[in-house]
Amino acid sequence: MIEVLTGITLLLGGFFALVAGWGIVKLPDVLTRMHASTKAGTLGSMLTLTAAALAFGEMSVVMRCLIGVIFLLLTAPIAAHMIGRAAARKQNYF
Amino acid sequence: MTPELFMEWSLDAAFVMVMVAIALAFVRLALGPTLHDRVVALDMMTVLIVAFCALYAIRNDDSAFLDIVIVLALVGFLATVALARFAERRLMMREERGEDIKEDRDD
Repeated sequence: MIEVLTGITLLLGGFFALVAGWGIVKLPDVLTRMHASTKAGTLGSMLTLTAAALAFGEMSVVMRCLIGVIFLLLTAPIAAHMIGRAAARKQNYF
Repeated sequence: MTPELFMEWSLDAAFVMVMVAIALAFVRLALGPTLHDRVVALDMMTVLIVAFCALYAIRNDDSAFLDIVIVLALVGFLATVALARFAERRLMMREERGEDIKEDRDD
């Protein structure tokens, strides 16, 4: 049962990573490309880390995966905010 | 199909999908018309390498790679923030010099 759950989470994580890659190539603008990479890419990494936590099933590994997810959630919006502000100022959005 | 076989198969599929996504981000890094596109592609490559390390930890049954995940998730955004501040400061300096920032230069 846990193997099936891990496999489904792995497939979902890979799918969202692939969607992020597709979006960063196909979308027309810096801000829309950032929309693809930050949201879909971070979700793909978080699902893959969840799959690692499910696959190992030990308390120490689960805590390390949880810390990884929390650090991703803390740092990805800061980077996206900084580069988005620089890009928006270049295009005179404000 | 047994559950173990399904997990092995989906692990291989996830490896292929994450590698294709890193290659697509590299395409944007090479093409990207402005500096901002390249910085966004680098940021996404860092996040995808985090996913790759987690997959590698599952494949080799070695939880030491999850420490690399923690370090990458903590440090990976610093390069993006530094490059974004660099781009913004250069733009402000061009504004002070009275140049036309709407003109299409590679920055």
